[in-house]
Amino acid sequence: MYPDNLRYTREHEWIRDDGGTCTVGITAYASEQLGDVTYVELPRPGAEAHAGDALAVVESVKAASDVYAPVRGRVLEVNKALEERPELVNESPYDEGWFFRLDDVSAAEMNGLMNADVYQAFLKGLEA
Amino acid sequence: MQLIYEKSRPGCRAITFDPLDVPTATMPPQLCRVSPASLPEVSELDVVRHFTNLSRRNFGVDSHFYPLGSCSMKYNPKLAEAVAAEPGFAGLHPHLSSDRAYLPQCQGALQLIYETERLLAEIGGMHQVSLQPIAGAHGELTGTLLIAAYHRARGHPKDTILIPDSAHGTNPASAAIAGFKVVEVPSNGDGTIHLNAFKGVLTASVAGVMLTCPNTHGLFEPDVRRICDLAHEVDALTYYDGANLNAIIGQCRPGDLGFDVMHFNLHKTFATPHGMGGPGAGPIGVGERLEPFLPGPRVVPRDDAYALEWPERSIGRIAAFFGNFMIAVRAYAYMLHLGAEGLKQVSEHAVLNANYVHARLKDVYLSAFPARFMHECVLSAAPQAKQGVRALDIAKALLDFGLHAPTVYFPLTVKESIMIEPTETESKATLDAFCDAMLQIAERVADDGQRLREAPTSTPVGRLDEVRAAKELNCAC
Repeated sequence: MYPDNLRYTREHEWIRDDGGTCTVGITAYASEQLGDVTYVELPRPGAEAHAGDALAVVESVKAASDVYAPVRGRVLEVNKALEERPELVNESPYDEGWFFRLDDVSAAEMNGLMNADVYQAFLKGLEA
Repeated sequence: MQLIYEKSRPGCRAITFDPLDVPTATMPPQLCRVSPASLPEVSELDVVRHFTNLSRRNFGVDSHFYPLGSCSMKYNPKLAEAVAAEPGFAGLHPHLSSDRAYLPQCQGALQLIYETERLLAEIGGMHQVSLQPIAGAHGELTGTLLIAAYHRARGHPKDTILIPDSAHGTNPASAAIAGFKVVEVPSNGDGTIHLNAFKGVLTASVAGVMLTCPNTHGLFEPDVRRICDLAHEVDALTYYDGANLNAIIGQCRPGDLGFDVMHFNLHKTFATPHGMGGPGAGPIGVGERLEPFLPGPRVVPRDDAYALEWPERSIGRIAAFFGNFMIAVRAYAYMLHLGAEGLKQVSEHAVLNANYVHARLKDVYLSAFPARFMHECVLSAAPQAKQGVRALDIAKALLDFGLHAPTVYFPLTVKESIMIEPTETESKATLDAFCDAMLQIAERVADDGQRLREAPTSTPVGRLDEVRAAKELNCAC
């Protein structure tokens, strides 16, 4: 459910270091809480964001939520497939359901995020 | 059910024209259609049956219990409808007020506007009221524009509005449209504002704080006075979202709690029709500091007649004429009919009913917060969801009992939330029937989950495909 090679935020984004660039999406927990995703609004490539800035919007049958930049960076590429098939966010949150790729990311900021174990402990706290 | 177009039979007519008894004239060809209009060809009886049968499928508070949390689907007393239908109001043209010469002919309507504003000012503890905004969120926008005008006039424009995550959902949008940056204030575990988090974001750039009280968790904010005081210390104005005023009407007044500006939802607190889209009315009330900026024109008593005047630094008109005047007529009738004592009973019964429902259901559905609820209660279907029946399934199953579903998945801060607002007019028998249905559904979760997931089965249409509805918007049909 929560791959070890990812870093996680309290807002339920994941980020993966692909060597030079990073890929961002939302976690299985987030997509399950949202329910069926019906629409994804993606940022413009080239947009710059600080950690915590809203970069994308995800809408489900239940709610609309912002997706935040987990770290500071510049948007290199977005997952165009989500425009036609937003359900990929539910079906494949860590793979085909990615949102955007960032470059110019600082390693120190990445290391400040939660690893899979800490994130799962954080989720346990939310369930309590 | 067939669409009326599907009932069309060629040549069928509902109207027979009288024989022509005047000379024929020729229509200029450029004004004539090239092909006939695509209209259903049906008889008068077809039309009557079609729309009568459609109307029998309507589901409203006049026919069923409608406990939609956060929306206050109150019964609209027919007395108010009768007053609004009086020809003196219904036949009045709003442009009569546009020419001074005709003002004597609309003195009654102007008096009603003035007196409704004074009654609302008394209820809200406000200095002045404007009836112009035509919806709750329109009132919010007007209020935030007033806040912006106030700071501009003082030469210290500010750019931020603080809004708790338990606020009425439209607040952030209203503040953003008024040009403000919105900063969210989190709740604590009790479902009320996290006071230290609030202090942490209350900077000199904060123009205003928008509070909903009781908040959308159905809880009264215990620190409301302190929050107003802290805001005033940094010259931030405080906005009271009146969406839930029906919980406190006659018990306390936002102005006395320290609020500078507020709106009233006439369609919620004052039982005017609630069409989920209008016509609504969201009058705003202001303290003395904001009076010079109010929208205009204002109705003012001068000598022995009512006149129209503009406030000195008005933000201008924010709606045509006087807003949704006929809604104000209904609210005025409602207020005078109930009187001060009656309005107090409105909030007492609304709170009693919500807490009665909560007390009957809290051992089966999870209570979202430990505190006493106000006019609505928030439960969670998390225990049922663990067994595969979600809040949505429970909401749909209620339809098979002839009950409107409560609000589900709002507030967002509560998992599998079910938000129930019975309103003050429901009898104990109706509340019990609703609670019995909720408890029966919960009992069926373990053994009959599949049927609950397929509910409703007795309604004109069954379970709708919400994903497809959200993804494939088709406005052309």
